[in-house]
Amino acid sequence: MLFSKADAPYLNNNSNVQSLMLKVVYALIPGSIAMFWFFGWGVLFNLVIAISVCLASEALMLKARSRPLEPALSDGSALVTACLLALALPPLAPWWLTTTASLFAIVVAKHLYGGLGFNPFNPAMVGYVVVMISFPREMTYWTPPMGVANGWPGLMDTFSLVFGGTVPEGQSIDAITMATPIDTLKTQINLEHDIEYIRAHRVYGELFGTITGVGWEWINALYLLGGIWLIKQGVIDKRIPLAFIISLLLISNFFAVVDYSSYSSALFHTLSGGTMLAAFFIITDPVTASTTAKGRIIYGAGIAAITYIIRTWGGYPDGIAFAVLLMNITVPLLDHYTRPRTYGAVDEDS
Amino acid sequence: MPHRGQADMSAIKKSNILKTGESTWSFHGGIKLPGHKDMSTKNPIGRVPSSDRYVIPLNQHMGAEGEVLVATGDNVLKGQMLAGPHGLISATVHSPVSGKVAEIAQHHFPHPSGLAGTCIVIENDHKDEWVKRNPIGDDYTNISSHKLRSIVRDAGIVGLGGATFPAAVKQTEVGIETLILNGVECEPYITCDDMLMRERADGIIKGAKIIAHIIKAEQCIIAIEDNKPEAIEAVTQAVSRDGSENITVQSVPTIYPSGGERQLIKIITGKEVPVNALPSDIHVLCHNVATSYAIYKAVFEDEPLISRIVTITGRGINSPQNLEVDIGTSIHDCIEYCGGYKNDARALIMGGPMMGLILNTDALPVIKATNCLLVSAGIDIRLPESEIHMPCIRCGKCVEVCPANLLPQQLYWFAADKDYDRAVDYNLFDCIECGCCAYVCPSQIPLVQYYRYAKSDIWEQERERKKSDIARQRHEDRLERLEKQKQEREARLKKKRDALAKNKNGRDKEMDKKKALIAEALARVNEKKSKQKTKAQNTENLTPEQQQKIKQADARRESMNNRENH
Repeated sequence: MLFSKADAPYLNNNSNVQSLMLKVVYALIPGSIAMFWFFGWGVLFNLVIAISVCLASEALMLKARSRPLEPALSDGSALVTACLLALALPPLAPWWLTTTASLFAIVVAKHLYGGLGFNPFNPAMVGYVVVMISFPREMTYWTPPMGVANGWPGLMDTFSLVFGGTVPEGQSIDAITMATPIDTLKTQINLEHDIEYIRAHRVYGELFGTITGVGWEWINALYLLGGIWLIKQGVIDKRIPLAFIISLLLISNFFAVVDYSSYSSALFHTLSGGTMLAAFFIITDPVTASTTAKGRIIYGAGIAAITYIIRTWGGYPDGIAFAVLLMNITVPLLDHYTRPRTYGAVDEDS
Repeated sequence: MPHRGQADMSAIKKSNILKTGESTWSFHGGIKLPGHKDMSTKNPIGRVPSSDRYVIPLNQHMGAEGEVLVATGDNVLKGQMLAGPHGLISATVHSPVSGKVAEIAQHHFPHPSGLAGTCIVIENDHKDEWVKRNPIGDDYTNISSHKLRSIVRDAGIVGLGGATFPAAVKQTEVGIETLILNGVECEPYITCDDMLMRERADGIIKGAKIIAHIIKAEQCIIAIEDNKPEAIEAVTQAVSRDGSENITVQSVPTIYPSGGERQLIKIITGKEVPVNALPSDIHVLCHNVATSYAIYKAVFEDEPLISRIVTITGRGINSPQNLEVDIGTSIHDCIEYCGGYKNDARALIMGGPMMGLILNTDALPVIKATNCLLVSAGIDIRLPESEIHMPCIRCGKCVEVCPANLLPQQLYWFAADKDYDRAVDYNLFDCIECGCCAYVCPSQIPLVQYYRYAKSDIWEQERERKKSDIARQRHEDRLERLEKQKQEREARLKKKRDALAKNKNGRDKEMDKKKALIAEALARVNEKKSKQKTKAQNTENLTPEQQQKIKQADARRESMNNRENH
């Protein structure tokens, strides 16, 4: 009897890239529902635009590079990039802003570097930073969260804002949008107001909930939940999120203890803005993160430190995207200098 | 940096049976695999009926091919040595039956290269006549290590766990404290050691004591994975029957690849075998339980290694079970004995599904390394050749499971890029090819194939380099030789020239003598002449003017004389 030939091992645990990526998308669902609840239709529009543009540009780039469409398009990586980008952008971002960010993420940050597995920078964060630098005004188009001021605009108003850029009659864009709590705190602290004054303020005070910002605490809590599920499922390694969150807690707590009136509390930092989305979904992108155990801890801690610096003293409201890209640069170095000790390795100094 | 938890051997001696986790350490990584062991342990070990023809390859072990001791047409007896060891790392082979040497020719046998090798083909006369045997039995304690080692060597015993390293070569008696018997059998499906331990534990214990005697070990630890309670029970009873105090049965966790020699040593002793060193360097010797049993048979029955236990299993086989099979029996016969293939049989693997060797035909002999014949069916095994793999997404799952604590994804990158310098720098050669990384890879990358390819490429380059080194050395030697010849020639010429020059000098001296004689003669003439130029006589009474003239004349003559003389 004759048989086919192959090489050991002949077993595999049947995990695959697609199922890993899809699990990431599933884990995003609770957090995105909260985003939708608090920030309205714009979140949905962002998702629709980003997903369509990312998948279409992925297909075009594969074609341009004469690669087979099927395995790459269905691996789910472009879908994850699109979701992360959509959830990071402001809900009233005009369609062309989301499109630009998505195109840049897939075409430049991913495919021009060689496609999945070869990109040194996190594609979603590259897309985000490009529009952040190019269109700083549009990047502030956050709606007031549900229950604050007038809340978010209705479906038709949101549609015409996003796709037509037209403000509903009798209103100005400034009246519809509202700064995020992180942004508000930063602006006000720069005006030498202390945090207690800001939180009690007639206008901005409404933004702040029991722990952090209205809505944000829920959104972050649900991303945290999704993240824990991802760790349990073995999709992501707990080292990166833990190192990130613990470092952020420690650093922010240090400054808050030194001067609580000008530095936000540790809880505020960990449950505000994109902290939890970043911790479990963005900085855990395996392609652009460190692969060694020690490297991952340094990587997570490094992102926390840079994020805190930019949030507190930098020119941008939230520094996570910059922090991620800056730490992406260090990955080859981290991987090289944090190699594990091979079995039986003879220590040089003994 | 000190190793975590240095082994305290005295602690282990307290009890003869140790449960998992008791006095054990752990190694990095490893994976949990579905065992599929029950499939082949329902029936006792069977025996394949004798065949008419046996194909005995000379190269069934790690090391050099043996030296053929028989010729075509010779009659041979069962247990007769067919090939002797050739060099230090080599092993003998024996006839499993009595009969005739039908041919000595190139045949295919299970080997990773897929190439044919020299085989001795024996035609069975079915008389089952043994060579004269001189069993030593319990007397071995009075025999020297050296003598016992040569018995092990002449019995053709190699490591039966799969590595087939000649057993006697490992049995150094210098500084070994602990003998570890490996009954872990961590690969899925394989149960030959399990069944051997269940049925023949007494022989294993006797073998262990022989080895301990050879290597002068103080204690022996028998390591068995905790998914084999029957084997643990059987061996424990055999130990208590034997009554030895320094034999311990140690249950170890079921995690692949805990049966890897270096991993097992870490589990048992907490120590790591240093890179580029051997277990003996940390005072440990490791043998498989089946090797121990073979040594017992060699010493107590003077029976060389002519048969072994083979697990015939898998979903593609009708009645899986363990069989005692004579070396050289056709794999096809073994399969037939187990009811043959099922209709959906898809692949035949010698060994386990993680490290086994896939065979493309069953028309091959069972060899000493054949611990298992696994017949897969349907999709229970993966044939990576047929798939295009996804790119590496650097998820690092391979890093988590690597028992050698390497960075498999980096090694893959370097191997694929043929960046061999960096691959070696990242310790490619510490990879034991266990396959854990490929098992967990979500991109289904055949990582081990990349490493094997890189390793053999590096070896090839190394061989080429050595060859070119030899060629260069030859060239340099030639240049040196030419230079030496030139110098010698020059030296000869110089000698000749010097000799010539010396002769010339001799002639010059003769000339000088002649010249001296001539000069002497001249001097005599001159003397005469100068005597002739005596003063003019009768000049006393002359005027001063006349005397003046005479003086002038004398002076003239003088100067003339002088002129003549020169």
